[in-house]
Amino acid sequence: MSSEDGDVEEQLPKSVVDEVKDELPKNASEKHVREVLQRVHQEYLKTLVEPGEAVGLVSAESIGEPGTQMTLNTFHYAGVAEMNVTLGLPRIMEILDGKREIATPMMEIYLKSPYNKGKDIRKVAQSFKEIKLKDVAAEFLITPDLNIDIVFDAENMKNLGITPAGVLKGMKVGKGITVREKSDGLSIKPKNKEGGLNEVYQLKEKLKDMYIKGIKGITQVLPVKRENEFVVITAGSNLKEVLVHPDVDAERTASNDIFEIMEVLGIEAARQAIINEVFKVIDSQGLNVDVRHIMLVADTMCSTGAIKGITRYGVVSDKSSVLARASFETPIQHIIDASLVGERDHLTSVVENVMLNQPVPVGTGLPGLITKVKK
Amino acid sequence: MSEVYLNGIFVGEVEQPLEFVSQLKAERRKAKISQNLNVSYSEAMDSVMVESDKGRVRRPLIVVQNGQPLLTENHVRQLERGELNWNDMVEQGIIEYLDAAEEEDTLIAMTEAELTAESTHLEISPLLMLGYCSSLVPYANYAPGARISMGSKNQKQAIGFYVANYFVRMDMDTSILHTPQMPLVKSITHDISHYEEHPSGQNMTVAIMTYGGYTIEDAIIINRGSIERGLARSSYYRPSIAEELRYPGGLIDEVSIPDKDVKGYKSERDYRFLEGDGIIYPEAQVREGDVIIGKTSPPRFLSSLDEYNLASSIRRESSVDIKHGEQGIIDFVLLTENEEGNKLVQVRLRDQRIPEIGDKFTSRHGQKGIVGMIVSEADMPFTASGIVPDLIFSPLGIPSRMTISHLIELIGGKVGALSGRFIDGTTFHGEPEEQLRQQLQALGFRESGVETMYNGSTGEQFRVKIFVGNMYYLKLRHMVANKIHARARGPIQLLTRQPTEGRAKEGGLRLGEMEKDTFVAHGASLLLKERFDSDRTIVPVCEQCGLIAIYDEFKDRGYCPICGDAVTISNIEVSYAFKLMLDELKSLCIYPKLELMNKY
Repeated sequence: MSSEDGDVEEQLPKSVVDEVKDELPKNASEKHVREVLQRVHQEYLKTLVEPGEAVGLVSAESIGEPGTQMTLNTFHYAGVAEMNVTLGLPRIMEILDGKREIATPMMEIYLKSPYNKGKDIRKVAQSFKEIKLKDVAAEFLITPDLNIDIVFDAENMKNLGITPAGVLKGMKVGKGITVREKSDGLSIKPKNKEGGLNEVYQLKEKLKDMYIKGIKGITQVLPVKRENEFVVITAGSNLKEVLVHPDVDAERTASNDIFEIMEVLGIEAARQAIINEVFKVIDSQGLNVDVRHIMLVADTMCSTGAIKGITRYGVVSDKSSVLARASFETPIQHIIDASLVGERDHLTSVVENVMLNQPVPVGTGLPGLITKVKK
Repeated sequence: MSEVYLNGIFVGEVEQPLEFVSQLKAERRKAKISQNLNVSYSEAMDSVMVESDKGRVRRPLIVVQNGQPLLTENHVRQLERGELNWNDMVEQGIIEYLDAAEEEDTLIAMTEAELTAESTHLEISPLLMLGYCSSLVPYANYAPGARISMGSKNQKQAIGFYVANYFVRMDMDTSILHTPQMPLVKSITHDISHYEEHPSGQNMTVAIMTYGGYTIEDAIIINRGSIERGLARSSYYRPSIAEELRYPGGLIDEVSIPDKDVKGYKSERDYRFLEGDGIIYPEAQVREGDVIIGKTSPPRFLSSLDEYNLASSIRRESSVDIKHGEQGIIDFVLLTENEEGNKLVQVRLRDQRIPEIGDKFTSRHGQKGIVGMIVSEADMPFTASGIVPDLIFSPLGIPSRMTISHLIELIGGKVGALSGRFIDGTTFHGEPEEQLRQQLQALGFRESGVETMYNGSTGEQFRVKIFVGNMYYLKLRHMVANKIHARARGPIQLLTRQPTEGRAKEGGLRLGEMEKDTFVAHGASLLLKERFDSDRTIVPVCEQCGLIAIYDEFKDRGYCPICGDAVTISNIEVSYAFKLMLDELKSLCIYPKLELMNKY
């Protein structure tokens, strides 16, 4: 046993040291604490990955093998009440392929007190939802003199908590269009009517999707009780605006849109989001994969500072070896491109060496001789 | 007004569609209009569909009127006496055929007990829900559907007595069971289909127990004594064909013993079984490589110059020989001519197949398994009365698969064997399990079917009682003798110099992409290289241009076809597949330059 007692505490991660100290009885002497830490340090060294360990491949196998069992359950779309969520293999592929547009963007919005205890929960939830003009209108009419008349749906407006004045306030129309309030709706008068009916029709269609109120992109809201507080689950995601909302607990609120997280919160948050999302899927299938494998994949995807998928356009295109890239997908393309610029392959990775029938530089193939052999 | 369609074509309208439909049905039952007509009323479309097209799936049912089936005891007696037949009953409207559309408007009772005043039809037998093969499974109503269909599929692969004239047939890849038996527990389908004329299994004494772990993963243990007495013994037949083909230029193949100067002449030994006509004689014992039909073909390419060349008239060897891994006895030789009038020779090989470890067996309940061990009769467990089972089946096969029918057949077979009669195990109306148990008790056995047994090796009594009885077991056509394969070294492919693929070509077993990954994951780098050394080659490389150089055997030195012989040529060890890839790149006008470095 080494006697570098002083170092032990420094060589261990702080969280480990804290945990050990926490577990020990309060009256343990300093000597005992140090002894325990020394043993912990020994164990810690044993668990470290050894040089030459093929960590990437082990991760791939560790995720891939349980993945084969998941393939059979591809059609499991677990619904949170009325929400449709992509789960299972399609979701994993979506995340790992680095898809910018995901099939079902979602948010989990945690609220500040007193709303998280259920105060006005329905109203708060509703306030997140994006309301468009067509949600409050019963009818869009084109009058003979090429104006557009909008008839309000009074009941819908009441449910959504919007007044006609609110609608008028929320509407943002371009120049040359005047909006006037009527008894049961709005009258919209474009100044320039040279475009004729066609242009007015297009304006009408545009008006239908006119934003009125709420947070853009959030199409559905659903307040649910989680343990002992209320959370709002949404379909559609808009982190940027939700996080600054006064009623929202920004620290715990999460989105499942990894690219959005990267843009709003940065790459480190995106890395963690990848880990969480992949682990959530694997866990929901009742499979057992060590997080560290997923962490490695997330690190690989985020190491350049932007998210790169595990595809031939993503991380694979960053491989230095021509042969390794060619062995993945579209070999001819890679070989032709390499030949045009005279690329060099230094045979430093696994696949190339398998192709040439040389020892691969992992495990027993890694160490070399320090002494030079005379020719 | 409802529209009326005949075979999908509009023909007219009727005022009261329902009445019209029932009137049509009544006329049909009176045989006033064709029996081959079905009619139905669709409320959603308010139309009457009359169908008489071909290709509709129809099934027979007993007509019920006022809650009473039209088929009476009287009819049944007449049927038994042969005074009435099926067609008579269809004509009399006792039985009618329904198609899928007309079936929608009916209420069909499964059994007579289920008949109500509203019933329109009665099922002839609930057995009709099963097909031919599925209804050969006894007591199938006591097993899950998936197992029944597996059981019926297995029966199609069973070795039996498939035709009586097998000895004059030239069927590919067939087997005949030497002593097939009629199952002790049978269903009425066995009688209807004259199963006794083409049985495909044997009744065996089965004990459900584990015995030394050789029943793991559904394996079964077989008694060597039983095998020596001929249990599950079969003959395997495979014909070989040779034709005298005609080629352009009046050339023709010739069936004969090849001359020694023929191109590709094997060896005198290989032709030793051939008689004067170049064909093997029946009952010759042959092994792999032996020629059974000697044949020569004309040379492959004949150029005009060669016509005057004596040497070019050398013929090619194209004999038919016994394939790799095969052996047996020549069973039958047939000499005839084909459609073009050319000589056609067929030779059938016969091989006796005695059950061995790895042969596949199954009961009729989807309980297939492979022989895991053959135990000598002395070591087999035995009962107090000295009964030794032919076969031991693992009890672990039962709980997860829930094939209760398998267990009932065991009891049924036991009763049948002891009382010397067949047991009716027809699905849904076979002899009830309770009755079988009572009979077993009356015969002096435990009604549960278990017996005290003794370990054949030690003579000790087993601490539990063993469930023993008789079952119909099938030997399936998948025999190890046709599948066993291993290779240490052998033939390689011409192009890639990698081992050939497949048993027929004595191929290697591929260490594939994912298997490779496991080596890498273990860090077994050098072992992986060794595994991939199968196409290892040493090639000379020109250090100046980085292309593959040439080694001159006479001068004992290398030179480069581009840079000449004033350059350093070094030997490198790579896989031949890589050398091939470099060549292919060169053919694509890509210059793959190798830069050599000392590895050490």
